[in-house]
Amino acid sequence: MSDSNVASGITAWVDAIRRDRKASIGAVLLALFVIVGVFGPLFAGDPQALVGIPLQPPSAAHWLGTNGQGQDVLAQLVVGTRVSLAIGFGVGIMVVLIGALVGVMAGYFGGRVDGLLSVLFNVFLVLPGLPLAIVIAAYLPSGPLTLALVLVVTGWAWNARVLRAQTLALRQRDFVAAAIVSGESKRRILVSEILPNMMSLLVAQVIGSTVYAIGAQVGLEFLGLGDVSAVTWGTNLYWAQNDSAILTGAWWTFAPTGLCVALVGFGLTMLNSGFDEITNPRLQLERAWRAHLGAAGQKAGRSTPVVVDRG
Amino acid sequence: MRYILRRFGFYVLAAWVALTMNFFLPRLMPGDPATALFARFKGRLSPEAMQGLREAFGFTHEPLLKQYITYLGHVLKGDLGISVAYFPSPVMKVIGTGFVWTLFLAGSAVVLSFAIGTLLGVAAAWWRRGWVDTWLPSALVFVGAFPYFWLAMVALYVFGFTLGWFPLGHAYSDDITPSWSFGFAIDVLRHAVLPVGTVILVTLGGWLLSMRNSMIAVLGSDYVNLARAKGLPPARVALRYAARNALLPSVTGFGMALGFVLGGSLLTEIVFSYPGQGYLLVQAVRNQDYALMQGIFLVITLAVLGANLCVDIFYLWLDPRTRESRS
Amino acid sequence: MCIDYITDRGPVRAIDHVSLDLERGEFLGVAGESGSGKSTLAQGIMRILPPPAVITGGEAIFEGRDILTLDEEELRKLRWSRMSMVFQSAMDALNPVITIGEQITDTMHAHGDMSARAARDRAAELLEMVGIPGDRLDAYAHQLSGGMRQRVGIAIALALEPTLLILDEPTTALDVIVEREILEEIRGLQRKLGFAVIFITHDLARMLQFSDRVAVFYAGRMAEIGPAEELRTSPRHPYTQGLLRAFPSVHGSTVEMFSIPGTPPSLRNPPAGCRFHPRCPVAVELCSKVSPELKQIGPGHSAACHLAK
Repeated sequence: MSDSNVASGITAWVDAIRRDRKASIGAVLLALFVIVGVFGPLFAGDPQALVGIPLQPPSAAHWLGTNGQGQDVLAQLVVGTRVSLAIGFGVGIMVVLIGALVGVMAGYFGGRVDGLLSVLFNVFLVLPGLPLAIVIAAYLPSGPLTLALVLVVTGWAWNARVLRAQTLALRQRDFVAAAIVSGESKRRILVSEILPNMMSLLVAQVIGSTVYAIGAQVGLEFLGLGDVSAVTWGTNLYWAQNDSAILTGAWWTFAPTGLCVALVGFGLTMLNSGFDEITNPRLQLERAWRAHLGAAGQKAGRSTPVVVDRG
Repeated sequence: MRYILRRFGFYVLAAWVALTMNFFLPRLMPGDPATALFARFKGRLSPEAMQGLREAFGFTHEPLLKQYITYLGHVLKGDLGISVAYFPSPVMKVIGTGFVWTLFLAGSAVVLSFAIGTLLGVAAAWWRRGWVDTWLPSALVFVGAFPYFWLAMVALYVFGFTLGWFPLGHAYSDDITPSWSFGFAIDVLRHAVLPVGTVILVTLGGWLLSMRNSMIAVLGSDYVNLARAKGLPPARVALRYAARNALLPSVTGFGMALGFVLGGSLLTEIVFSYPGQGYLLVQAVRNQDYALMQGIFLVITLAVLGANLCVDIFYLWLDPRTRESRS
Repeated sequence: MCIDYITDRGPVRAIDHVSLDLERGEFLGVAGESGSGKSTLAQGIMRILPPPAVITGGEAIFEGRDILTLDEEELRKLRWSRMSMVFQSAMDALNPVITIGEQITDTMHAHGDMSARAARDRAAELLEMVGIPGDRLDAYAHQLSGGMRQRVGIAIALALEPTLLILDEPTTALDVIVEREILEEIRGLQRKLGFAVIFITHDLARMLQFSDRVAVFYAGRMAEIGPAEELRTSPRHPYTQGLLRAFPSVHGSTVEMFSIPGTPPSLRNPPAGCRFHPRCPVAVELCSKVSPELKQIGPGHSAACHLAK
């Protein structure tokens, strides 16, 4: 693919996202948080600094109040964004890479390889993730790397399962079957026939896995399994719970953080379902069909509609 | 029957993997976790008792394989070691106290959420672009994006702390002794509303979407079209033909999501100081009580595997094709 | 009748001003290549075409009533009790998780009061009628062979003794012997019960053996219609002639083997004039400019060709 091809491909995607309401909402939300994550810490000041009396409600000086240690909640939120998003996206990508490796191998080679790998990811799929993550994390030094590791270990199996199914489906398709029959090497078929046709699914999986990674990461940190002296969304919530935020009525110490987690997750999910609408020909057709009926002043019913052509 | 046996075999394998991980994790980790583990007991126990404890945990100087076999033997006897956080209670006993509560909380939340979400999914797909289909999925996806425990905190803050409609935590009031009485049941329900409600709220969107999507696919199938062409009443087409079939992939997904939802339910327990496994898990993490952590992991794994087996049996009833004894 | 498929680049006309009359108890064949719109027509008549289809005009008079003006409930009552259909793929048309018995009896319950016992007996009777032992009522679709499933489809279609039975390529998935058996059975049942049949297939040769009258479709339009005997001996439309030449007159395989050069046109951009002219061996200049009307060339025999006399 040449550079201009890539450029026009990206332009086409941007156009498609702009046309779809869900995708636009998702893209705007995501962009907002990425900007905050990248540039925010430069302006937020030291999140660890003790700036005031603990547990003060929002005020002009501290827009989101102070937490139980007397630190600025907004500064902690902004600085936490960077680490939480970085781990989220990092884990999202890793999980899909591992899932792709295992799933595509299982689906492509079949036979004994498939049997073995399938059992492997099915076992990991059925083991409860959170307790397993806790057991692993507890033995390791706490920190972002440990978190990322346990999230990858507990999160890859689902992607492997989906990608195996997709590989099996692609193998049945004519162009891949033709390549197999014509004796192309397995690696060439994988790289030039199967992977390109998986791109949109892979992107969707990275997005979905990032949602998972952010949520699970915040959950583990909330349990105290992260580095509790670092500033991340999860540890913010950990301290809020530890400082009995609810029983002291200090809603501002936990509400904004959870809202941010949800907005990022919601944005990513919207982006994903927007992509689905853009790329799914059936949904496109149905939309055109409904628009056509709407223009004729009819509603879609269960039987084939009759629109008398006056043209 | 072969289908169930095969599934059962798979779950035994999964359980074995969990056991083996439990055994090797402490031994693979950097440093000497065994020593760290027993450092906490120093001074509280005589050296002989320490040695006995080491053996009870399987940390001896014997070859690894022998240790492994000893460990498996202990687990099979229900001996998961001694809890540090609740010293000197055996882990099994500690877990036993909270197990029923977790089962109750997670079980009722998961079943209710799946039932409601699935019904909503049927409605959304049947009345395509109706109000259920237009607003509910997006709204529930938004709610579902919140961390379980955060929503629990908000619910507790609003309905418990500010409005005072529901109790602030625990499974039942301190001034009531557990008994099989109506009053106690009401008290337990009152305490369960918020935790169960938040778990339902967070997970509802997922079930709705999965049922809606599989129902839409089924509605496009030939057999549903034939059912329509046969002039069957719409309710029969929607439920007996479309929803009945759309349930199949949804139930498969249900089994796979169980472990994940359970994790969220554990976190919710913590917020409500609900006396289940989640609460114990925090105690275990805070006190570096490895034996308890591993015990909880094991017991929850077994519970999830058991629940999955139940789902499989339900699926067997649902889909006659799995009843054939084809290999 | 006209039927459009709405796409994101505008509507595509799949059925273009097609008109069909059917006598009571008649066996009408509809032939054409895939994509000629014949299956669309079948489902359009019953108004069960899924999105993105829209019926854009015309009328479909059935027993004195226009199906296109009926509301949902009227349609529901009409369906199956008066007209029924056998779908192309029996595997996909049978519900995999409901017994075939229930799939037969529920139609009876939906269209009238009937005791469960009586409905079951009647369903067993229907199965026997299409050559399946009556005790297979509690079988599921996956337990039956392909031919058996298609027979179940026919049993379901005949459950309420309709006056019109539409067969949408009911035998494409079956082998030749089973196909023949099933067709003969339908023909026999039709003589016995007296319903009318619209039989849709791409296999013109086979159809000519079984039908009273045959309509040939090309690219969403009717090319020729006439008595089966006449079409076999003296087809007037060059397309019909081509089709007949393409098939060995001895009923051979079910494989589509057209010796007509070229491919059917895209319905999105149909050629001007006669839609067949790019592939027509005898086309003249007029054919590429003016679309030929269907005109009568004999008793009950019409063709849409400028050259037909």
